[in-house]
Amino acid sequence: MNDLLRTEELTREYDAKTAVSDVSMSVNVGDIVGIMGPSGSGKSTLFRLINLLERPTKGRIFFDGEEISYSRPDVYLIRRKMALVLQKPAAMNRSVFNNVAYGLELRQLEKEEIQKRVDDYLERLGLTESKLRNARSLSGGEMQRMCFARSVIVEPRLILLDEFTANLDPQNISILEKAVRDFVKQEGRAAIIITHNPFQAKRLCDRSALMMNGKLVEIGETWKIFNDPVDERTRAFVSGEMVF
Amino acid sequence: MVDGVTYDVVQVTLLSLYVSGSATILGSLIGIPLGAAIGLKEFGGKGLLKTITYTMYGFPPVISGLFIYYVFSRAGPLGDFGILFTPTAMILAQTLLVIPLVAGITITSVTEVDRNIKNTVRSLGANDRQATFTVIKEAWVGVITAVMIGFGRAIAEVGAAYMVGGNIDGKTRVLTTAIMLETRMGHFEYAVGLGVVLLIVACGVFLFMRWLQERELL
Repeated sequence: MNDLLRTEELTREYDAKTAVSDVSMSVNVGDIVGIMGPSGSGKSTLFRLINLLERPTKGRIFFDGEEISYSRPDVYLIRRKMALVLQKPAAMNRSVFNNVAYGLELRQLEKEEIQKRVDDYLERLGLTESKLRNARSLSGGEMQRMCFARSVIVEPRLILLDEFTANLDPQNISILEKAVRDFVKQEGRAAIIITHNPFQAKRLCDRSALMMNGKLVEIGETWKIFNDPVDERTRAFVSGEMVF
Repeated sequence: MVDGVTYDVVQVTLLSLYVSGSATILGSLIGIPLGAAIGLKEFGGKGLLKTITYTMYGFPPVISGLFIYYVFSRAGPLGDFGILFTPTAMILAQTLLVIPLVAGITITSVTEVDRNIKNTVRSLGANDRQATFTVIKEAWVGVITAVMIGFGRAIAEVGAAYMVGGNIDGKTRVLTTAIMLETRMGHFEYAVGLGVVLLIVACGVFLFMRWLQERELL
């Protein structure tokens, strides 16, 4: 099977600092991949590179078998095949409905279709009653659910979740994890998740990776990473000796 | 009514609104996209361009008037248009004063929009034009403030309006040039009255803009 996403020696340098260094990885359809690692290890930069929000200093990205060329003026069309959910929910100053509808409006869908799809996703994520409220008045959990709905409603083939359940209560974490699982497994998509929580990686991810100092230390099946890691640093992390 | 004052105050007030309102709209149509582009794009010399824009906040109205006067005077490069001493020339001169203010405040406003929102907008598939428009909408309060300050600058200035308009009765006389005329003629009470009219007009426009600013964007 072709990889949905493949990166080859992806590197991002800022002046003297190397945020991401030679990261090569692949993600297939139906995969949920977890990336763990300490703060400042380059995980969020890697997401911005994959989502084409930043240009790599070196390396290549292939999406659906096609190498991404940043010089293309329509690079935003490739970006439309992915979606990013950030740790800090980014609510635009408009209603919940209009926030969730935003990506569909960019794609110029018919109003009736937008209405139908937004209502459906708001119901799935338990936000129907809040749909006319200004999104900035939502609680943290509601806001993150809205951000998730806004990202998946455009039916991206790959969703990037950057610590998307950090600081949420168990109920909201459970709702969002189920939504991710359904989205990937039932609808044939893929997800990459940045998480500080090894239990979340165990619950949710088919494969897991440890990232440190901009480098991918180890990536493999989640059970193997947690039960039989190859690298000493991974072993220290999963055994709880390394805390971040 | 003061002896010797023969012009129509209503007409002068409406002309003030027309000239300064048009200059504000024109200046905003140029200044907002310009400020958004400077604020959101990364390019060499960006810092210098921002400094120049901010410096132009202090651009003297008489210099703006002088420039338009030169360009549209008979001997000037665009003299054939024959717009000197018309409201059109006044609008152009005031537009030059409005643009830097609107652009500069827009730069600050769009820069301050949360970086997460900018990334989210692009991540959801917005092209450059759509992303810029969305960020301007997010910076709505600041952008409207920019327009308000631009209007304030235009309606209050006198140097450019006098220089390129000529304060011609029934044609290019606006509130500020009328106040200047009345003061020179010793009609202080009348000048003060016109000043009050000017403040009332400005207040009405600002109330409208504040309503726009505070409207929920639902």
